Amino acid sequence: MSYSWPILSAITFLPLFGALLIGLRRAEDESAFNNARFIALWTTLVTFAISLLLWRDFDPTTAQFQFVERRAWLGSITFHMGVDGISMPFVLLTTFLMPICILASWTSITERVKEYMIAFLVLETLMLGVFTSLDLVLFYLFFEGGLIPMFLIIGVWGGPRRVYASFKFFLYTLAGSLLMLLAIMAIYWQAGTTDIPALLNYGFPASMQTWLWFGFLASFAVKLPMWPVHTWLPDAHVEAPTAGSVILAGILLKMGGYGFLRFSIPMFPLASAEFAPLIFALSVIAIIYTSLVALAQEDVKKLIAYSSVAQMGFVTIGVFTLTMQGLQGGIFQMLSHGIVSAALFLCVGVIYDRMHTREIKAYGGLADRMPLYAFCFMVFTLANIGLPGTSGFVGEFLSLLGAFRINTSVASLATTGIILSAAYALYLYGRIIFGRLEKPSLRLIQDISWREVVVMTPLVALTLLFGFYPAPILDASAVSVDALIKNYHAALVAAEQARLALLP
Amino acid sequence: MYQAIVFLPLLGAILAGFFGRLMGARSSEVITTGLVLIAALLSCLAFYQIAIQGHEERIELLRFIDSGDLHAAWALRIDTLTAVMLVVVTLVSGLVHLYSIGYMEEDPHRPRFFAYLSLFTFAMLALVTADNLVQLFFGWEGVGLMSYLLIGFWYHRPSANAAAIKAFVVNRVGDFGFALGIFAIFTLFNSVQYDTIFASAPDQVGKTMEFLGAHVDALTLICLLLFMGAMGKSAQFLLHTWLPDAMEGPTPVSALIHAATMVTAGVFMVARLSPLFDLAPIALGVVAFIGATTAFFAATVGLVQTDIKRVIAYSTCSQLSYMFVAEGVGAYGTGIFHLFTHAFFKALLFLGAGAVIHALHHEQDLRRMGALRKVLPFTWAMMLIGTLSLTGFPFTSGFVSKDAVIEAAYAAGSVVGNYAFVLTVLSALLTSFYSWRLMFLAFEGKPREKPEMLAHAHEPPLVMGVPLLILALGSLLAGAIFMHLFIGADQAEFWRGSLVAHTGQAEHEVPVLVMLAPTLMMALGFAVAWYFYLRNPLVPFGLAKRFRGVHLFLLNAWYFDALYDRLFVRPAFWLGRKLWKVGDGKIIDGIGPDGVAARVIDITNRVVRLQSGYIYHYAFVMLIGVAALITYFIFSGSGLPR
Repeated sequence: MSYSWPILSAITFLPLFGALLIGLRRAEDESAFNNARFIALWTTLVTFAISLLLWRDFDPTTAQFQFVERRAWLGSITFHMGVDGISMPFVLLTTFLMPICILASWTSITERVKEYMIAFLVLETLMLGVFTSLDLVLFYLFFEGGLIPMFLIIGVWGGPRRVYASFKFFLYTLAGSLLMLLAIMAIYWQAGTTDIPALLNYGFPASMQTWLWFGFLASFAVKLPMWPVHTWLPDAHVEAPTAGSVILAGILLKMGGYGFLRFSIPMFPLASAEFAPLIFALSVIAIIYTSLVALAQEDVKKLIAYSSVAQMGFVTIGVFTLTMQGLQGGIFQMLSHGIVSAALFLCVGVIYDRMHTREIKAYGGLADRMPLYAFCFMVFTLANIGLPGTSGFVGEFLSLLGAFRINTSVASLATTGIILSAAYALYLYGRIIFGRLEKPSLRLIQDISWREVVVMTPLVALTLLFGFYPAPILDASAVSVDALIKNYHAALVAAEQARLALLP
Repeated sequence: MYQAIVFLPLLGAILAGFFGRLMGARSSEVITTGLVLIAALLSCLAFYQIAIQGHEERIELLRFIDSGDLHAAWALRIDTLTAVMLVVVTLVSGLVHLYSIGYMEEDPHRPRFFAYLSLFTFAMLALVTADNLVQLFFGWEGVGLMSYLLIGFWYHRPSANAAAIKAFVVNRVGDFGFALGIFAIFTLFNSVQYDTIFASAPDQVGKTMEFLGAHVDALTLICLLLFMGAMGKSAQFLLHTWLPDAMEGPTPVSALIHAATMVTAGVFMVARLSPLFDLAPIALGVVAFIGATTAFFAATVGLVQTDIKRVIAYSTCSQLSYMFVAEGVGAYGTGIFHLFTHAFFKALLFLGAGAVIHALHHEQDLRRMGALRKVLPFTWAMMLIGTLSLTGFPFTSGFVSKDAVIEAAYAAGSVVGNYAFVLTVLSALLTSFYSWRLMFLAFEGKPREKPEMLAHAHEPPLVMGVPLLILALGSLLAGAIFMHLFIGADQAEFWRGSLVAHTGQAEHEVPVLVMLAPTLMMALGFAVAWYFYLRNPLVPFGLAKRFRGVHLFLLNAWYFDALYDRLFVRPAFWLGRKLWKVGDGKIIDGIGPDGVAARVIDITNRVVRLQSGYIYHYAFVMLIGVAALITYFIFSGSGLPR
C-alpha cells in the first residue's frame, strides 16, 4: 500500500513543522505560552490522526516494507523510509503518546514553555525517524539525535540533581553509540551500502558478525536498558519532568528492543544464535535483581524505573528465543509497557504536581479523597504485574512461553519475576493508596481533574482492550515476525552447510 | 443462556462500580443481587439441561491470543463439571449478595463492595467455563485479584492491607508453578485447548522432558507444576499461610471466596484436568499426600484458635484437603461431591458466624462470647446444622461426602492411600472436637461478653436469615439428594467424560469398621469437647499450661509465618537494599560512570576546562560527532578509497 503523497515523511516531519511555528513567535508572555501549548497539542493530534491511516491501510499479509519512500540524498546514502509489521506499531505508539505528554505538561511546566514544546516536537520527529528509516545512517542520525532534546528536557526542566543525571545518561550512551558507530562504518566497508533492506539480505561472514553484533549490542543494551548498564535509568527518570519520563519509558527504551529486531537478529543471525545465552543470562539477572531492588525503593519514580528494567528483561528473553511466541511476546511486551509505564509515570506526576515529593512515605490513604485516581493507578499496577485481562499479561506470558520451549531454566528463573513484581507493585500501591489518610499535608488533596481524566482514559482503555483482545497487535506483526524467524533459520542452516562443505 | 449466566454478574459489577455513587447504595445492592440471583436461577436450569438431559455445548465468544501454534479463545465450555460449578458459584454468590445487604448496612462503601462481589463472581464463572488453559489462568488470576481487593476492603486497617498483599503474593508463588505447567503443556502438546490435550494425553505416557537440566517424566512434571498452582489457590500445606489472614475481609467475603468458591478452584482444576492427572500416578500420590498432610495439620491448628473466623478458616483448609485426598486416589467425582456439599455447610457456618459477629458488634473472639443460644436461637440453630454437617452427623450432606472420601482413600489400598486414610480419620476426630468447641464456647456456658453487648445482641434481619435457611437446607439434604448422581454406580453417565470417573469402585468391600470410623470419631470428638468446655471448663486451661510448648506451637500454626518471614520476606528486602546500595551504587556506578567521571575530571581539571557540566556543551560535542560521520560518508560515498 502506498499513497500518492509521502505519508511517512509527513508523519515524521509534521512535528518539526509545529516546532517551527512555535519558534516563530518571539513574545515571552502567558498568551505566547498558551499559543505554544495549543500548537503543540494540535500538531501532535494531527500527526496521530495521520498515523491512524497507516494502521488502517497497513497490509498485514506481507513481510515487505510498506509505504516506502526513497530519494537520493547524500551520495550513496539514500533517504529511504518504510515500515513493516514490526515497526508500524511503534510509530503508532509514539504518535499516540505525544498528545498525552503535551496535555500532561499543560500546567506543570510554567517556565520556558515555548522551548519545552519545541523540544518535545523535535523529539517526536527524531523518534518517528528511528522507526521509519530504512537507511543505516539515517537511522543513526535519528537514533542519536533523539538524545539531544532528551538531554535538554532532563537538564533544563528536570529536578535538583538533573546535571548528574543527564551526565550519567550521556556517558553511557556515548560509550554505546561510539561502538555502534564503529560497527556501522565496518558494515559500510564490508557491504558497500547502508541501505537496510539490502543489508538484511547481505549475509555477513561469521567472523565479522560477532564484532558487529557486540557493537550494536553496546548501544541497544544501554538504551533498553539491560543489566548491568541500567543505572542511568533510575536517575534519569527521577530528575526528568513527568512527560520526559513518559517518553523515556514509553518510547526511548523501546528503541533498544527495536534495534535487536531490526538489526542484530536479521543481519547477524549466527552471532545472535551464539550469544543468545548471554542475553538470557543478563535478562534473568535483570528480572530478579532489579525486582528485588524495586522492593527496597523509597522513591516512587525510582521504583517504577527499576520495574521497567525488569519488564524489559522479559522483552530481551522473548526476542532472543527466536520463536513465534517469544518474538511476538517481546514486541507485545514493549508496546504494552509503552502504554503502562507511561501511564504509571503519569500517575506519579499527578501526585507529584500536588505534593511536590516523590517519597513514598509522604503518601498514604489516598483512596479516601482520590477514588478515580486510585482506580486508574490500580489498573496500571495490575498491568505492571501482568494480570490476565490487562495488556501486561499477553506479552509476559508469550515471552515466557517462548522461553520455555528453548530453555526451561531460563523460563523458570524469569517466571519468578511474576512473584516479585506482585510483591513490589502491590506493596507500593498499598503504601500510597491504602491506609488511613492521616498526614496533614494530604487533607485537602484533590482527585484528578478533567484534564487528567482525558489523559488517563485512553490509557486505561487501551490497557484493558489489548488485555482482552490483543489480536490487532499480534496480527499486525505476525507475518513480519514469521519472515524474521524463517530468514534466521535459513541463515543458520546455510552456515551449517558451509561448515560441512569445508570438512574433508 | 450460558452467556447470560457469565456476563450478568459482570454487568452488575460495572453498573455498581462506575455508577454506584450516582445510583446510590440501595440500587447498587438491588441490581447486583438481582442479576446474580437471575444467573443462579439460570444455572439451576442449565444444570438440569446439561447434567440430567445431557446437552453439552461449546460456545466461542471472541478471539483471545493467537500466536503461531498457540490458539486460545474466549469460550464457554459447558459440560457436567461446569454445570455443577455454575450452580455452586452462582447460588452461594447470590445468597452472599443477599446476606451482605444486611451485614454491610452500616458501611459507607457498599457500591464498591457489591461491585467487587459481582466481579469476583464473573471471574470465577470465567474460570469454570474455560475451555483452554489461558482462559483458566485468566479466571484464576481474576479471582485472586478480587480476593486481594476484598480482603483489603477495609483499607484503613494496616492488617487488612498486609493480609491482602500476602494472599496475592503467596498465590503468585503457586501461580509460578501453574504458569510453568501451562508452558510445559504447550511445549509437549503444542496446544492449550483441553480437548486437544486430553485426546493426545495417552500417547504422551512415558515421554520425558528436559526440565532444569534433568530429564523427567513429562506428564508427572506437568501435573506437579499445575498442582503447585492448586496448592496456592486452595491453601494447601506450605502455601496455606494466606488463608487464615484472609479473614481480615468482611465475613460474607470469607463465606463466598474463602470457603465456598475461590479456594475450591484448585480442586476444580485437578478434576478438570483429571485426564492428565490420571495418567501421572506419582503426581496423584503427591496430591493425596499433600492433601492428607494438610487435613491433619489444619485440624490441629484449628483446635486452639480463639478467633471464631480463624477456627472456620482452618477448618476450610482441612476440608479442602479431603477433596484433594479423594482426587489423589482417583475418585475425582467424590472430590467434586465434597466440594459441592462443603460449599453449603461451610458458607452456612461462615454466614452464621457473621450473624454472631454482627449481633455482637464485630466481636470475633470466642473468649468473649458464651451463652448466646438463649439470645440468638435462630442463629444457634443454623450454626448447629452447619456443625452437624461439617462433623459428619449421619445422613447430613457432610456425612455423605466425607464418608465417601474416607472410604475412597481406604479402598485405594496404596501406601499413600493408607496414609491418607489414617490422617483423614484422625482429622475427622479433630474436626468434630474443634467444631463443637466453637459451638460450646459461643453458645453455651456462662456469658463472657460485656453485659451491654449481650443486651443489644439481636437476631439477624430477614435478608440475612433467608440465605442462612437455604444454605441450612442444602447442608442437610443436598448430600442425600445428589449422592446417586455424583458418586453412585452410574456416575460415569452423570459426568459424561467431563472428569475421569472410575466406575465399579469397590465400595462394598470396605469393612464395616472403616464405614463407621468417621461417625465414631465424630461422637468421640463431641464427647471430648463436651467434657472440656461444658462439664469441666478448667481442663483446657490446665492442658494448655502443662503443654505450653505444644499449645504455642499450635496457636502459632506451627510457626510457618515466622519461618517464612525469616526465610523469604526479610532476606528479600535485605537483598534488595544491598543490591541497590552496593551492587548498583558502589560496584556498577563506582566502576562505571562515576569512576570514569572522576578520572576524567582529574585529568581535564589539570589540562583544560572542557568538562563544563553544561548540557549544551555535551550536545554540541555530539553534534560534531554526527557531523564528522556525515562528512565521512559523503566523501567515502563519492568514491574515496575504502
